Amino acid sequence: MSLDESISHQSLLKVKVWRGKEDGQWMNYEVPARENQTVLDVVSEIQRKLEPGLAYRYACRVGVCGSCAMTVNGKPRWTCRTHVKKVSGTGELTIEPLRNLPRIKDLVCDLAPFIDTWQKAGAPFSGIQTRHQEPAKVDPGSKARKAADAGLQCINCAVCYSACDVVSWDKDYIGPAGLNRAWTLINDARHGKRAETFNKAFGEGGCGSCHSQGNCTRHCPIGLSPSESITGLKKSALFGLPKV
Amino acid sequence: MERYLFLAQRLTAMVLGPLVLIHLGLILYAVEGGLTASKILSRTRGSVGWGAFYGLFVIMAAIHGPIGLRNVLNEWTSLPKTATLIITLGLGLLLLILGARSVVAVVGLGG
Amino acid sequence: MHPLRNHKSYVAAFGHRVSGIALILFLPFHFWLLGSALGGADELDSLLKYSELPLIKLAEWGLVMFLGLHLLFGIRILFLEFTDWPSFKSKEADKRAGHLVNLVVPATIFVLIIGFIFLIQAW
Repeated sequence: MSLDESISHQSLLKVKVWRGKEDGQWMNYEVPARENQTVLDVVSEIQRKLEPGLAYRYACRVGVCGSCAMTVNGKPRWTCRTHVKKVSGTGELTIEPLRNLPRIKDLVCDLAPFIDTWQKAGAPFSGIQTRHQEPAKVDPGSKARKAADAGLQCINCAVCYSACDVVSWDKDYIGPAGLNRAWTLINDARHGKRAETFNKAFGEGGCGSCHSQGNCTRHCPIGLSPSESITGLKKSALFGLPKV
Repeated sequence: MERYLFLAQRLTAMVLGPLVLIHLGLILYAVEGGLTASKILSRTRGSVGWGAFYGLFVIMAAIHGPIGLRNVLNEWTSLPKTATLIITLGLGLLLLILGARSVVAVVGLGG
Repeated sequence: MHPLRNHKSYVAAFGHRVSGIALILFLPFHFWLLGSALGGADELDSLLKYSELPLIKLAEWGLVMFLGLHLLFGIRILFLEFTDWPSFKSKEADKRAGHLVNLVVPATIFVLIIGFIFLIQAW
């Protein structure tokens, strides 16, 4: 092997990408390995230079929109903020769509079942007051408000839903994101349907199905803890709605 | 219903914890030198304490176990949820009857 | 191992489930055996003698182990769910508290000790 060949060999990244739908196949690509390179960069480079027909989804590229989540080397990740170096010690990447969701094409999956779980958890906020009333006074230091605040920043990327084993076993299970959302609403004094949300979070496929494996918290890209929200729900099983 | 099944399982678990510890201790003590019926029965016959202990144990286990099995069946089999609920209730009832029978047998009625 | 299951919490949850299934399947037979004492000590003895068979002995030993494991994995669940256990606050906290909370190592050691004593005494 000549010197040139060995250098070019080392600086190539071997990438296996899922092509097709459920019954698709793995395709192999090679892209240059770069000093600073996210998984989304790699997918984009494959699409632009090697495989124009490759379907994938992204929007903001900076970890705000939650569109670009995929399964990278077996784990769900936000690809726009995942550096290749962090996940690929071997110089190899396998990229496929998120688990637990129907596949549409290549790396794109259908998020509708995931969004449905939010509804199932009683997620829509329901205001009590009209615009003519004074804004509600909420103590930011209260226990309920702190519990709500802790779960608020979810970007709906479906990484937790994809990481959860219970979701993969039980299609009725609401999953971490929906239950986390329910917990923030139950602790929100301004939410008009707290009791309804509480009952839904405890209904079929509700928080009682969680096994406390913690995969949701372990994989949440922005560091939320759906596990803690779900245990918050479980703790209120005995005494009902928490005080707000 | 899920909320009350969840509560029942966790509350029975809290009761079962110490019961299991005592039961394990008793097993270690009782198997020494081999198990015989006379050894077991001489300890338990007519004992109100052991009767209450194992009576409570049976009731708690008959609630706790079937709820757990229901979760397993719901997650690991494709049985419809009404079927798993019927299995749960049936198993709970079976354990309650068999368990009560065994407590009566081992403790004896009226000493 | 599946990349999503390669952690202690999974091992604990799986162990909890498998031991639970074994216990619930065993329990009706256990009750039935003890119930035979209704017919007097002799009837119970005639069944207890099967407990001397090596295979039965091994199964009993396994069940005692499972009972110990199920108890400890269950304590883990109760602590996670009903206390403010730090590992659930974030993944960083999970890494710090992981060994303590998952109880896999202490549980296994505890149960092995119980199992060892049981084996020595029963054999």
